[in-house]
Amino acid sequence: MTRTWILILGVCATISFALILLVVLPQVLLVQVQAPPQLQPYSDVQLRGRQVYIANGCLYCHSQQIRDSTYTTDVERGWGARSSVPADYVYDAPHLLGTMRTGPDLINVANRQPSPDWHLVHLYQPRAVVDWSIMPAYPYLFEEKDPADVQPSDRVVTVPAPYAPPNGRVVVATPDALALTEYLLALKRDYPLEASQAQADLLAGLICVPEYGPISARDPQTMP
Amino acid sequence: MSMRPLDAAVAPSDYDGGGVDIRLRADASSRRPALIAFSLAIVWLLLGSLWGDLASFKLHWPDFLSGAGWLTFGRVRTAHLNSVVYGWASLAMIGTALWMIPRLVHQELRWPRVVEAGIWIWNVGLVIGIGGILLGFNDGLEWLEMNRYFADPLLVIGGGMIGVALLATLAARKVSHLYVSVWYIMGAFVWFPILFLLGNAPWWSGVESAGVNWFYGHNAIGLWLSAISLGAIYYFIPKVLGQPIYSYHLSLLGFWTLAFFYALNGMHHLIGGPLPTWMVTTSIVASVLMIIPVLSLAINHHMSMVGRFGALRYSPTLRFVVLGAIAYTAVSLQGMFTALREVSRITHFTHWTVAHSHVGLYLFVSFVMFGSMYYIMPRLVEHEWPSARLIRWHFWLVLIGIAIYVVGLTIFGVLQGLALLDPQVPFERSVTASLPGLYLRSLGGVLITAGHFVFAYHCYQMVRMPAVERALPNFYEVRPVIYSGAQVEEAS
Repeated sequence: MTRTWILILGVCATISFALILLVVLPQVLLVQVQAPPQLQPYSDVQLRGRQVYIANGCLYCHSQQIRDSTYTTDVERGWGARSSVPADYVYDAPHLLGTMRTGPDLINVANRQPSPDWHLVHLYQPRAVVDWSIMPAYPYLFEEKDPADVQPSDRVVTVPAPYAPPNGRVVVATPDALALTEYLLALKRDYPLEASQAQADLLAGLICVPEYGPISARDPQTMP
Repeated sequence: MSMRPLDAAVAPSDYDGGGVDIRLRADASSRRPALIAFSLAIVWLLLGSLWGDLASFKLHWPDFLSGAGWLTFGRVRTAHLNSVVYGWASLAMIGTALWMIPRLVHQELRWPRVVEAGIWIWNVGLVIGIGGILLGFNDGLEWLEMNRYFADPLLVIGGGMIGVALLATLAARKVSHLYVSVWYIMGAFVWFPILFLLGNAPWWSGVESAGVNWFYGHNAIGLWLSAISLGAIYYFIPKVLGQPIYSYHLSLLGFWTLAFFYALNGMHHLIGGPLPTWMVTTSIVASVLMIIPVLSLAINHHMSMVGRFGALRYSPTLRFVVLGAIAYTAVSLQGMFTALREVSRITHFTHWTVAHSHVGLYLFVSFVMFGSMYYIMPRLVEHEWPSARLIRWHFWLVLIGIAIYVVGLTIFGVLQGLALLDPQVPFERSVTASLPGLYLRSLGGVLITAGHFVFAYHCYQMVRMPAVERALPNFYEVRPVIYSGAQVEEAS
C-alpha cells in the first residue's frame, strides 16, 4: 500500500459495516420490544441495590440469563421456567447478563430464595448458610453493634454461631445491604409470555428460541 | 544486504535504505515520549499483577481480606483488568508505536511535546478510573468499568493527542510504500476512539446494552490490542532475522480480512443469550471466517522463522515475539472453536474463558510487548541491557507461570462446564470441580508477578546506568564473534 487515504478510508469502512450490522440495525429492531405486563420498573431502592450489585462486582461471578433451552440445560437445572427474551430486560441499563457462572444464575433468584433474611445472612457470611460456597463475605455492608445501641428501626441479622461476632454484639444491615436484598428479590423473570408478545417478536425477526411453546409442539420448518 | 525491488514491500522500511542517520534521528525524536510511556506501562504492570494475584487468592480463600470494600473480589478483579489493559498493554503499545512509526516512515516524530502531554492525560484518566473502581464507582459494563464522565474522556483526549501526532508524522513521511506494520498501527489508532466512544455512550439499555458491550469488548481486543501487537510482530521478526517477511500478498489479505471479520465477532460472547439469534449467528460465522486472516498471518510469521529457530537463543526480542506470534495463532484457533455453539454450551460461563483470554492478552500481547521493549529500550537509552541473567529469569518465570495458569484453568474449566451442563449434578459440584484450577492459577500468577518484578528491576537498572562512550552508535560497533546471552541483537 502506498496511499494513506486508502488505508484510513478502508479501516473506517470495515468498522462502519460492522457497526451498522451489529449496533444500528438491532437498535432499530429492538425499539419495538415492549415490557411484558408482569414486569415492573425498578423502584428507587431496587435501583440503589442494583448499583451496590455493580459496585461490588457481583456481575463477574453471576449471570442473569437463561440460555436457549434447545442446546443448554439452564431450564432443567431449575434456574427458570423458560429461556430469557429481550423483553425481560427493557428496564435494565446497563445490562447485567454476565459472562461467568462461578456462582449460580440470578435472573430468577427471588423465586428460589424469597426470604430477605436468608439473603442478608448470606451476604454477611455465605458460608453460614452454604458451607461449600466460595463467594466473598461482605461484612462491610453491615455494622456490628452493642445490643444496647440497637435502634427500633435497625434491621438485625441473626447470624448462626461460629460466624456471629464475638462478645454478644449483633449484626445490623446497612441501607446498602437492604437495597441489594430488595434488588435480588426483584429478580424473577419467568412469568409466562403472552402469545401476542411472542408473535410480535417472531415477526420482528428478533428471536428464535422455544419460549413460545414446548419443543415437541414446534415445527422447526416454521421457526424463523 | 542489497534489496530486490519487491523487498520494499516485504521488509520494514528502515531495513536497509536511508542509512544509519535516519534511524538515529527517528529514535532521538521519539526517545522521551516512548520512555515515558514504557516507564508508566511498567508501573501499571506491577500494580495490575498485584491486583490479579489478590483477586485470584480471593476465589479460593473467600474470607481473605474481606473486611474492606476496596479489597473485595469484584473491585480488585476489575482494577486488575483495567490496569493491565489500559495501563500496561495500551501504554506499552503506545510506546512501541511512537518508536516504530518514525522509523518506518523515515520521518521524525511530529509534536513530541503534545504526545508527552497526551500520555500524562491518559494516565490521569487511569488513576481516576481505576481508583474509582476500587471505591465503588463502576459503570457496570465489562471492559468499560471506568467512569464515563470523569475518567474516560481523559483517555479519549490523551489518546487522541497521541494519534494525531502519529497521523501528522505519517503525513510527512519520506517513504512511498507503507510497510504492513504501519497499516495495523494506524488502523488501531482510527478504530479505538470510535469503539471507545461508542461503548461508553450512556444511551444503551436492555439487551442492546449487552450487544454494544461485547461489540466494544471484542473489538478492543481485536482492533486495538491485537492490531498493534501484530504490527510489532511484523516489524521485529524480519528486523531481528535480517530477512524479509514471507509474502506481501498474504500480508494484504491478512490485514483486510482481519479488519472485516474481526469487527463482526463480538456477539459470540452472548451465545445462547436473549439477543436476536441472527446477531449471535453472524458473529459465529465471522469467528469461523477468522481462519483466513489467522492462517495468512501464521504463514507469514512462522515461515519467516523456519530454519532460523537457532536465533531464538541469542535474541530475547525474538524469543518473546515469536512465542507471542505462536500464541496468536493458537488463541485464534481456540477462539474459533469456542465460538461454535456445541463447544460454547460447555465452556461459556467457566474458567476456560479466563484461561483463553490470558493466552490472548498475556502469552500473545504481553509477550510481544516484552519483546518489543527488549529491542527498543537499548536504542532509547543508548546502551545494552545490563544482565543476560535477569532477562532469562524474567523469561522463564513468566513462561512457566502462564503455562501453569493456562493449563490449570483450561482443564478444570472444562470440568466445571461439564458439571454445569448436567442438570442431575448439583451446582456445588461445578464449584469443587474448578477449585484445583483456581489454586493452580494463583501459583502461576505469583510466578508471573515475580517475573514482572525482575523485569521492572532490570529496566530501572538500565535507565539509571551511566552512558557508555562509544566511537560508533550503539549496535554499530564491531563485536567479537563469541557472543553471550542477551548481548546480541542484529545490527539496528
